[in-house]
Amino acid sequence: MEKKVKNFGYSVTRDRQIDFDANNHDVGKIVALAEPTLHLCISCGTCSATCTASQFTEFSLRQVILLVRRGETKGLLKEVSKCMLCGKCQLVCPRNVSTRNLIIQISRALCNHEVSGSAMLKP
Amino acid sequence: MKLEGKRLIWQEYQKEIADDHYFYARSCIRQTFFPGAEAVFVKIMKDELGKDIHDEQHHTSCTGIGYHADVVPFDTTMTVIARQFALMTEAGYENYAASCVTSFGLYTEVLETWHHFPEKEAQVREFLYKATGREFNKPKNLAHASDIVYKFRHQIAAKAKYKLIDKNTGEPLKVVEHIGCHYSKMFPHKGIGGAEYPYVLSGMIEAWGGEVIDYPERRHCCGFGFRQYIVQANRGFSLSCSKKKFDSMEPYQPDMIITNCPGCPMFLDRWQYALSEMEGKTYGKNNNGIPVFTYEEVAGMIMGYDPWKIGLQLHQVSAEPLLDKIGIPYDPLSKFKGKNGEDLGIPETPNYLKFYAD
Repeated sequence: MEKKVKNFGYSVTRDRQIDFDANNHDVGKIVALAEPTLHLCISCGTCSATCTASQFTEFSLRQVILLVRRGETKGLLKEVSKCMLCGKCQLVCPRNVSTRNLIIQISRALCNHEVSGSAMLKP
Repeated sequence: MKLEGKRLIWQEYQKEIADDHYFYARSCIRQTFFPGAEAVFVKIMKDELGKDIHDEQHHTSCTGIGYHADVVPFDTTMTVIARQFALMTEAGYENYAASCVTSFGLYTEVLETWHHFPEKEAQVREFLYKATGREFNKPKNLAHASDIVYKFRHQIAAKAKYKLIDKNTGEPLKVVEHIGCHYSKMFPHKGIGGAEYPYVLSGMIEAWGGEVIDYPERRHCCGFGFRQYIVQANRGFSLSCSKKKFDSMEPYQPDMIITNCPGCPMFLDRWQYALSEMEGKTYGKNNNGIPVFTYEEVAGMIMGYDPWKIGLQLHQVSAEPLLDKIGIPYDPLSKFKGKNGEDLGIPETPNYLKFYAD
């Protein structure tokens, strides 16, 4: 039976508290093993500022990296697929993060996770 | 840590509370939200503990709600509070006991302001004299009513008929304590235990047999926050704050919540109804909510006062499951009977939150 819901004219704002213990850190760990320059990222956003894909879509590499590090990987595969691997972000990164390989490794880990439930499988 | 060292540090978190002769200033909103609470406090102080307490008829609101909602200027607030102190002086008292946490915070704020800016105090004395012809002495001792109940918690426990214990298992009840923000978050040294370790309600719970639950959002605001609720556009924020607390305490399966503020029991109680109607979510077992009480109501319950005489039927979350758990007797048929025995009618039944009436 469907529940009756009352509208009092206000709503609940969902909590944005990040529960690191509950999040899945598999993807972040396997990506960092395959591409250790992940640790160099300082979330400056230069990559997103120069990104061609972000001109036309909501894609942001800075956000993707941040979410992978937090373990908030739900729905991220669709987000990563917006990248065209042009490599402009790699040219401008002040920390020399290998962003193209990072995107490839994140996609791979996320695919493995989606298929088998674990990002730790060999590609 | 050495125990002596710990005791030494803990001394810094204590405050002086007068032993007798209190001038009691009621709250402007508690008497409509939980009308039995203040009457229970006065009864316990007078009849059970034999204290001298002056229940003043002529005082006004402290203006706290208007002040924190930015509609009453501070000079006006100080003058109104000066009038309350004048009433205390005229009645021959020196120990001021505030029923409301916001009033307590505001009285403290005003006294601190006068301490640091004596010219302000002189100006307010002039305002008050010109407006009313009154003069005043500052209170020798300022305490919140919960400080006083805390001071006499062991005497209350000694006279109590019941304990905060499950009568079937003998286990202590799991109690959430919620301290009003204005009790010690603004002036930590004015509250027992300061802002970090407020002990005023924990002390009562332990003395009365219960077990205090420590949960992640224990020190989070209840959500009232004045402008969060009073400004209608912000009301969802008030609800979200309460929900954050409920979600955090739910895994610990609390039997009850005890508060010492006017707004906290109101919002922690009523928002459980709103959340149940909006999302079908209840936080207690079998669609019961978590009952929310003021510390005076809890004191009245364990003293064996009739639950309906102390106003527990006015809670949105029904108190009956908890009364059954402790073993406090009550008459279900007289829940909605007036003072003369007349039937006041049964309120509208919530869709999800369990409601007891017959």
